[in-house]
Amino acid sequence: MAEAKPVERPLSPHLQVYRPQLTSITSILTRITGNALIVAALLIVWWLVAAALGPGHFATADAVITSWFGDIVMALSLWAIWYHYLAGLRHLYFDAGKGLDIPTAEKLGWVLIFGSVILTVITLLLI
Amino acid sequence: MRYLTARKRAEAKGASGTGTDHHWHMQISSVGLAFIVPPFIYVFGKALGSSHENVLETFSRPFPALLTALVLVFGLQHFRKGAETMIEDYARGITRKILIIFLTIFTYGLTATGLYALAKIAL
Repeated sequence: MAEAKPVERPLSPHLQVYRPQLTSITSILTRITGNALIVAALLIVWWLVAAALGPGHFATADAVITSWFGDIVMALSLWAIWYHYLAGLRHLYFDAGKGLDIPTAEKLGWVLIFGSVILTVITLLLI
Repeated sequence: MRYLTARKRAEAKGASGTGTDHHWHMQISSVGLAFIVPPFIYVFGKALGSSHENVLETFSRPFPALLTALVLVFGLQHFRKGAETMIEDYARGITRKILIIFLTIFTYGLTATGLYALAKIAL
């Protein structure tokens, strides 16, 4: 039997040693925003149920959802949905086999980041 | 040499065990949601922060009521499948099964609750 000797094996990329890239970060954010939007969904359904049940219930739900804390949650959710929206469109574009070269993918990453912020601000100004 | 067709060898393989079915349904729901989410944001945003009477009036009109119902049903189904993908990525074995069962019960429950509220307001 040959002697067991340690072999220099290449390390596979791991989260803790992986240099953050625009493409990976924007991809992870898609998952985070999509799943975090359940908070907004819960609040909206609660608010609708309260509105259906009567003025007393509505006053409670409305006070929570329009408090300063509620405003922060809803504003962040608004950004999250716009981000997820643009990321979803990018996903469809990627799935069509387009935009997969690195310069285009990086550009699309910036489009997601700035586009989502711009759309959030526009929405907040409009409503 | 196995006497199997190429298709039979490939079926039910891959990480999901269901081929591309899950992914295809995410694509369908995402395109649908791309059309209904922006008007919903507008309708909901206008109603949020207004009086109780105004909220009831808004959601008893057909367009806002139908739009909200569609966003609820398809948005939460899209969420269910997306969150299932996340669970499948991070959880194994019995934990994965329990989480997916809870997720499914939760999303259908939330959808039903929202539809009940809409029906009560609109009808």
